[in-house]
Amino acid sequence: MTRTSLRLREGAIKLLLQGCALLSIVVTLGIVWVLFTQSIPFFRHVAATEFLFGTRWAPLLTPQSFGILPLLCGTTLIAGGALLLAIPIGVATAVYLSEYAPPAVRQVAKPVLEVLAGVPTVVFGYFALLFVTPYVLRPLFPSTEIFNAASAAIVVAIMVIPTISSLCDDALRAVPRSLREAGFALAATRLEVSTRVVLPAAMSGVVASVLLAFARAIGETMAVSIAAGASPTLTLNPLRSVQTMTAYIVQVAKGDAPADSVEYDSIFAVGLVLFLMTFLINVAAQRVLARFREAYE
Amino acid sequence: MSAAPALFQPRLAQRRLLGACFHGLCLLITLVGVFVLFLLLALVFRIGWKYLTWALLTNEPSFLNPAEGGIRIALIGSVLLVLVAAVVAVPVGVGAAVYLEEYARKTRLNQLIQLNIANLAGVPSIVYGMLGLAIFVRWLRFDRSVLSGGLTLAILIVPVVIIASREALAAVPNSIRHAALALGATRWQMIRHHVLPAALPGILTGVILSVSRAIGEAAPLIVIGAAAFIMPGGGVDTASLFGWARWLREALLAAGFTALPIQIFDWSMETDPEFQDLAGSAIIVLLGTLLSMNALAVGIRAWQQGGKTR
Repeated sequence: MTRTSLRLREGAIKLLLQGCALLSIVVTLGIVWVLFTQSIPFFRHVAATEFLFGTRWAPLLTPQSFGILPLLCGTTLIAGGALLLAIPIGVATAVYLSEYAPPAVRQVAKPVLEVLAGVPTVVFGYFALLFVTPYVLRPLFPSTEIFNAASAAIVVAIMVIPTISSLCDDALRAVPRSLREAGFALAATRLEVSTRVVLPAAMSGVVASVLLAFARAIGETMAVSIAAGASPTLTLNPLRSVQTMTAYIVQVAKGDAPADSVEYDSIFAVGLVLFLMTFLINVAAQRVLARFREAYE
Repeated sequence: MSAAPALFQPRLAQRRLLGACFHGLCLLITLVGVFVLFLLLALVFRIGWKYLTWALLTNEPSFLNPAEGGIRIALIGSVLLVLVAAVVAVPVGVGAAVYLEEYARKTRLNQLIQLNIANLAGVPSIVYGMLGLAIFVRWLRFDRSVLSGGLTLAILIVPVVIIASREALAAVPNSIRHAALALGATRWQMIRHHVLPAALPGILTGVILSVSRAIGEAAPLIVIGAAAFIMPGGGVDTASLFGWARWLREALLAAGFTALPIQIFDWSMETDPEFQDLAGSAIIVLLGTLLSMNALAVGIRAWQQGGKTR
């Protein structure tokens, strides 16, 4: 091969690879474009203020009503409840794995958490419907409805525990050894070193992991569709059936709403809100993570 | 100096006891994850054992008689979907990873690409379904086909493939790169013959894990509209190679398909508990597939690390 053809080939390959990387930008722009343009027909029928501040979501009843607050309430109730459970469990797991666990325990616990993270969400929904509600919630609270927010929150918590624990574990282990040794040299116990030296030093990593888990919980679809039901209710009672934004999209996609009806267009408007929420949370998490990396790497 | 003891009381015994309690508590909480996984498997096996027969794999789906319901179509759908997704996502993902790891300088654009990939990995899967619905189903008119579903899953797993491949590439020692370049290799020759082979086990692990994610996804496929039960390419002679190609074409483009997780979702939502038992059997098949893929990935990782220490 001559020198010029070799150089041409090198340049072509570099361009091709760069194209692959640029595709990711195209995908993001595609998502934004699709969600905006496809929800325009919806906003011709429903005013944006009514959509954002309306307290009744009833697309399948007459008169129709498209106030997204009940869906937002369902999403926040489940995602918030899940975090309430998952943060202490995830952080404690990370502290144990990074500060206490002997290598043998680590080698078992890490893959188990990975497997747990790989279980399809539809399976967690099944678990919520057939185990958590009848055998955990009903005996404790007999008034629990078959579909309820609490069972969904519990399984979503199980789903995001690996997200929190694995990222927190990374953050805790990135804290320099010298900080721990300084603590021990001052006669602090392991508990004091873990909770007052290492954990505060890794705090931005912990916060980022919680933000990422929150975004995942908001976007979680199959488990909440199965476990939480399909009744958009503006309630904070976890024992009642609610509907999340994601579950609504599934309900419309599963049903046979005609392709040009308002309820069909509405899934793009709901999707837009969902995307913007998770996008903002993700960006915030990446910023916090970047600051953490600057401090220790 | 006499005032010091009064100000500082070590209370060592108390603090150590507290420490021991905390240690125990953290251990217990860590075991919660293990316990839940065990509980989940136990429940699924107890329920799903009943219909776990050979007929489950070969029967057509049924919504009338649970004893006759099977997951044949769903299995075919899942395999085809994952094939399409992997064929598209792996070259693009690995290519992007090679660019970012081997070529990209720290320009604004490249930093934007990296941030963007991290964000894409956090976009809810159902949003990808809406993208697929608008682009593949409506705009490109692929209809509600396996092709649309597979391409959507491909877009979904590309960020995961990129992130995993980048890690594998970053783990290749720089000395290998320097040696190749010092012998007069061009950048691409160095990547093609030295860096990629060294990173292959790591990339393979990442690919397996991302493909197993695609197998378990249901939400984007439901948005695309997978629901109809159409036997792909019925009546085509699959004995000859040509017949196979025709079958594949029809199967990829046929309007309507289903996949294993969707089948599980549909059966779970049936009011007849027998169908929920059937869903349990399907879950065993799904989890069995995923766990063996996971084991394969762990195996490759262990083999690779074993090779390094030798």
